[in-house]
Amino acid sequence: MKLIAAMSGGVDSAVAAARAVEAGHEVIGVHLALSANPQKYRSGARGCCTIEDSHDARRAADVIGIPFYIWDMAEEFHDGVVEDFLSEYAAGRTPNPCLRCNEKIKFAAVLDRARAMGFDGVVTGHYARTEITDAGKTLHRAVDHSKDQSYVLSVLTVEQISGAIFPLGDTTKVDIRKEAEARGLAVAQKPDSHDICFVPSGDNAGWLRDRLGSETGPIVDQDGVKIGEHKGAYTYTIGQRKGLGLTVPTADGSPRFVLKIEPVSNTVVVGAREDLAVSTMRGERPVWCGPAVTNQKLRGFVQVRAHGAALACTYFLDGSLLVAELDEPLLGLATGQAMVIYDGDRVVGSATICETE
Amino acid sequence: MSSIYLDHAATTPMVEDALIAMTAQLARLGNPSSLHTHGRATRKTLEDAREVIAIEVGCLPSEVIFTASGTEANNTALKGLYWQGRDNGRHVVVISAIEHHAIIDPAHWLQEHEGAEIITIPVNADGVINLDFLSHLIATRGNEIAVISVMHSNNETGVLQPIRKVVEIAGEIPVHTDAVQSFKKTPLSFSQLGVYAMTLSAHKIGGPLGIGALILRRAVEIPALLHGGGQEREIRSGTLNAPAIVAFAAAAKSKHYDVAHVASLRDSFIAGLSAAIPDATINGISSDRLPGIVNVTFPGTQSDTLLLLMDGQRVSCSTGSACSAGVHEASHVLLAMGHNEVSAQSSLRFSFGATSTYADCDFVVSVLPDVITRGRAANFS
Repeated sequence: MKLIAAMSGGVDSAVAAARAVEAGHEVIGVHLALSANPQKYRSGARGCCTIEDSHDARRAADVIGIPFYIWDMAEEFHDGVVEDFLSEYAAGRTPNPCLRCNEKIKFAAVLDRARAMGFDGVVTGHYARTEITDAGKTLHRAVDHSKDQSYVLSVLTVEQISGAIFPLGDTTKVDIRKEAEARGLAVAQKPDSHDICFVPSGDNAGWLRDRLGSETGPIVDQDGVKIGEHKGAYTYTIGQRKGLGLTVPTADGSPRFVLKIEPVSNTVVVGAREDLAVSTMRGERPVWCGPAVTNQKLRGFVQVRAHGAALACTYFLDGSLLVAELDEPLLGLATGQAMVIYDGDRVVGSATICETE
Repeated sequence: MSSIYLDHAATTPMVEDALIAMTAQLARLGNPSSLHTHGRATRKTLEDAREVIAIEVGCLPSEVIFTASGTEANNTALKGLYWQGRDNGRHVVVISAIEHHAIIDPAHWLQEHEGAEIITIPVNADGVINLDFLSHLIATRGNEIAVISVMHSNNETGVLQPIRKVVEIAGEIPVHTDAVQSFKKTPLSFSQLGVYAMTLSAHKIGGPLGIGALILRRAVEIPALLHGGGQEREIRSGTLNAPAIVAFAAAAKSKHYDVAHVASLRDSFIAGLSAAIPDATINGISSDRLPGIVNVTFPGTQSDTLLLLMDGQRVSCSTGSACSAGVHEASHVLLAMGHNEVSAQSSLRFSFGATSTYADCDFVVSVLPDVITRGRAANFS
């Protein structure tokens, strides 16, 4: 096949490209420039798309022996990922930008462009697997569960998965680094990226404050009684306990947790730990990575964070909403997070959480 | 599949005479600044080379100052002439809108760090500078201008600039011209142009990388960028790169570049291209141009996509400007000629050299329809 390898300048995408070449594909390396004003250097594990990263990607492509180009996707990234991130927070939800990037950039803008140019698909260094089954190409967890990235890929449609190649899903990260070393790739020991790539300082709350302002508002208990003041509702997360600055103690001295963020009234609602418990979640705009889920109740697992636990549940479609009923309640769940349904290690699909109870 | 190189304006193959001269000189010992036999031998060879270049470019041997690149020659000229002018109360740097970054960027550096004011001469839709603008500027602010720098021909479009007229209008104001693309491609004489300073680069004419020259009028002394051993009229210290210089001279003397042949290749390419892609437009086509450069706008495409697809056909061409991260930006040259951001980013430069053939042209024309079709399909903007 003729493939585009998305090369970030990190070790994973470099080895993925090398493996695709070895598998006999005709591969072209592409570095996505996602920042309109890239920084010169990367600081530790933070930031991405620096000029240094693009140099690392180019060097890896040269060592592997494939052509290399840079595609400017800064505008698409800003409109589809950064703006979405801001508007979700402004609406009191907790978005996952990596998911949006896969949905709108890597397996949409890049895949569409690649296909139009005559390529068959896009290779990335994500830790996930695909399998060819009777139901088509399906998406699965990586062998290395600690690195598994199937959660952030769960927004891909069957059509997008058909054009996605994940060469690293059968290997652990430790072995990928060894392989990079053996292949003579200088990025073998480059630190993993963490945090949100477009917040290079790592200070998400500060980054949000700079863009959304820091209008103060009330912190109230569940009866609506004001017990404190916050500095910008969206800098709080559901389940947060520390940093609330509350001086009025509870009757029994037990700690309070953020239960709800109400952007319209700019209010943060706090309450007891047990009030965080969620036993049913509903998600909107479901995407199926394989056969569509129906109103038939099925047993499986739901995951609500990138590296969170898989929670046993019963799932089904209720109208246009994906519903998961948990066997055991979960503490602290924000709307805006993705709920991803697994059947064993197969990704069934995902939806954006809009209601919890 | 053989590969086709149509990026001779970026760099072009070394001519055989230059390769022979360079390898021979690499084997010879002697610092040209040394006073002993070895040093004198190298000095002799090097001064022979300087004289050859002087004859080819129509200047005195003492007017040739060797540098490590065209960029260095441009920086030396622009900054040096600015500093000299500033000492006499002149703080304005005049450049054209279509200069190479090796002029634009030092001009901006002078503005940010040295108190310069930049005034930019606009160009018309055909890519030629506006002489009326310059006349008016000199009539109103002539006594403030330290230096005027206008390139002899543009590297993206090949459009020749009226340097002789610039010099006439400028009068006593020093004029520098970046003639990197013009040397050996179009008649070029330092003395006939009447400029104060002119930039040349060896690797654009079949010489090696890493050697250029600033041609600077005799008795014009400007502050140096590099200080040290006092070589090159104390304007450019540093041990002279004798192997590269003798190769530069060999390339300058060589008759390998046949202007008529290259121009005929270019015209045949334009004819084939216009038939294959009827809505393609050639930038600067109404102007006098260098024989080897064709800059084409393909509506509805993005040039980085086209470059990738051409590269996939083993055709090397160029998109014009690139920033340090390698992200393709709209060409300032095409923007200055009236393109918008979108059409400026839909353009490719094909540049022909002495080694180009009609078969090269025919092959590129044959793959263009498919490349442009795919390029249009992949353009979602």
